[in-house]
Amino acid sequence: MKLKLILPLALFVIVMGFLAKGLFLNPREVPSPLIGKPTPIFTAPTLDDASKSFSTADMKGKVWLLNVWASWCAACREEHPLLLEMRQHDLPLYGLAYKDTDAEAKTVLQQMGNPYIITATDASGKIGIDYGVYGVPETYVIDKTGIIRYKQIGPITPAALRDKILPLLKELEK
Amino acid sequence: MTHVTKACLACLLWLSIGVASSAQTTEDPQLEARLKALSAELRCLVCQNTTLADSDAALAEDLRNEIRVLMRDGKTNEEITAYLVERYGDFVLYRPPVNANTALLWFGPFIMLLIGAITLIVVLKKRAKLPSTETVESITDEQ
Repeated sequence: MKLKLILPLALFVIVMGFLAKGLFLNPREVPSPLIGKPTPIFTAPTLDDASKSFSTADMKGKVWLLNVWASWCAACREEHPLLLEMRQHDLPLYGLAYKDTDAEAKTVLQQMGNPYIITATDASGKIGIDYGVYGVPETYVIDKTGIIRYKQIGPITPAALRDKILPLLKELEK
Repeated sequence: MTHVTKACLACLLWLSIGVASSAQTTEDPQLEARLKALSAELRCLVCQNTTLADSDAALAEDLRNEIRVLMRDGKTNEEITAYLVERYGDFVLYRPPVNANTALLWFGPFIMLLIGAITLIVVLKKRAKLPSTETVESITDEQ
């Protein structure tokens, strides 16, 4: 008899548990199918000098971070100070100026500081499509063999940097 | 020629240019119809509850152009969908595919229904066995 009374309550609690979990999930965070897959290959002109190019092939054997950003993106400016700090700590940060004009992207870097070792440009947004970018900023952690190991959607938070990105970089550098 | 006819001719010429350029964007109505049908099945990742067909987001425009290019290359709808799923995951599909991740979503309601049905049958059978039906009768008798 007691079980009969408890069972519906237990079921109710389980269902509520699922709903509560759902309530706190971020619907904008779409898990990338690219994690664990090779980085989409691209060669693109650099922002500093459009006659030079940056290629993913140059990055073979290195652990690196690709930060997709744009001068028109407000959240990117929010993230910018943390990126500069990351650069100061010698993190291998590369940029991709997504759907941006060279002039505007350059202005932002001049005004706010340049956290990137190299910035590649993707004026058409074609590289962004290959990387499954749907909202800037997005940051990819890529290992020595060119496999995407982590994707940060939206600005990198100090917590994400401390708990996810830094430990992962340490592990990948081994 | 008077100035009026000249102006009219200029006007006509200008109009015809307008027609020609607008025709360029919809050069292939068949392709556009195919694009519309396919993109109505796909989710825009920026404004997540809008289809790719209805979205005005810049990314949606880029993706529609990308689909146009793929269609002109002779890719099938399945190949184009696979291209997008490869990049954005199953989330781009408005109809979730049946796989390990979505099994609970697809079959969960039926499992719940089954549990409910079994419970109902068990309870009804137990009730039929109990002599307590008298109480129900006595209530109905009172009315």
